[in-house]
Amino acid sequence: MIIDNISRIADIITRHQESILNDWLHEQLVALSARQDLISESNLRLQSTELLSLFVPACNTGSLSDITQPEWAFVLDFLNKISSSRAILGFSPSETATFIFSLKQPLFDCLRQELNSDAEVLVDELWIATVLLDKLGLYTTEVFQKSREEIIRRQQRDMLELSTPVVKLWDGILAVPLIGTLDSIRTQVVMETLLQSIVDTGSHIAILDITGVPIVDTMIAQNLLKTVAAARLMGSECIICGIRPQIAQTMVHLGVAFGDVVTKATLSDALAYAFRRINRAVIQQVAHD
Amino acid sequence: MNPIPLFHIGDFLLVSIPEDLSDSMVTRLQDSLSRKVIKLQIKGVLLDLSSVTIVDSFIGRMLGNMASITAMLGAEAIIVGIQPAIAITMIELGLGLNNIKTALNVDQGVIMLQILAADKAIDYVSKQ
Repeated sequence: MIIDNISRIADIITRHQESILNDWLHEQLVALSARQDLISESNLRLQSTELLSLFVPACNTGSLSDITQPEWAFVLDFLNKISSSRAILGFSPSETATFIFSLKQPLFDCLRQELNSDAEVLVDELWIATVLLDKLGLYTTEVFQKSREEIIRRQQRDMLELSTPVVKLWDGILAVPLIGTLDSIRTQVVMETLLQSIVDTGSHIAILDITGVPIVDTMIAQNLLKTVAAARLMGSECIICGIRPQIAQTMVHLGVAFGDVVTKATLSDALAYAFRRINRAVIQQVAHD
Repeated sequence: MNPIPLFHIGDFLLVSIPEDLSDSMVTRLQDSLSRKVIKLQIKGVLLDLSSVTIVDSFIGRMLGNMASITAMLGAEAIIVGIQPAIAITMIELGLGLNNIKTALNVDQGVIMLQILAADKAIDYVSKQ
């Protein structure tokens, strides 16, 4: 009986391909009426046609109850592609799943037309088709979710790199403007970039500017001190600057200290100190009229 | 196994720590270094780590010890050429080498030794 069912669904789709495709497209366009800026009708038609053309042979050869079988690989691959492209385009998960779920209505209509003589077979067929389409729909949602997570991970990575620039202020003086919370991963990135820059530029002084760090607790102070100690091992002296009044107060209340590391209020104070350390001075020129 | 060579340059001693450093080599180095500092009346020692790519807790501690021993024998000791990855590893191992002088490379280390030696000479003269 199952074999019978397989051939019937595939057979019905093949015979009614044109009408199913049109109805399906119509359903999709209604559901996606608000998102016509993201995907054109012709594009949608192309995608739908391709899926149907992959769907039929899979129904013919493979089991309808198990989409993990190799016969379904092409269909899943295609859905994979569509889902990830839609995730990138900015579709919502339900809009992406609609692509599969809106196939139900036209397919069920066809099944009813064809099998209205035998109610029992019709119910069986409907059930099989529902389960199959549900599985495919869930699969698209799953892929969609994965693609979104991938985007988030990539953005996090980009942000890590963007948020730790090392700038050369003067010959022998580097500055690291730190922005955001310093967790252990960020500390690691800051340390690596700073130490590499020290090697590349042969700098003696590194200024860590924490103006953009909203809170400094014991852990963040610990991480900063680690960076300072690592830079010291490379023969560089670190200056911590940009400590705001509130932060200084909180740190003292918490008993957090930077030890014997030189701290300054502002970046300009730190730069002035750094100039003195490398025996440089800024002088005011006498104006010549 | 060949001993680690100690280059005697003027009043200074340059120790280039090789890449494949074993525990026994470090122990022997510590011994020969302290002897040479006394014997050659060394004023400054540069421990060059630029070719070292792996440091474990023992070797890290021994490097610190060697610098401290040299300092105790009245010579300046500077550890130079620590690579970024080694620096991070040492910090994670808790080896901050807090009382030991460091410099970026041999060149900077030599300049630092000269300044330190000059300062000492001035101190000595002013105390006379």
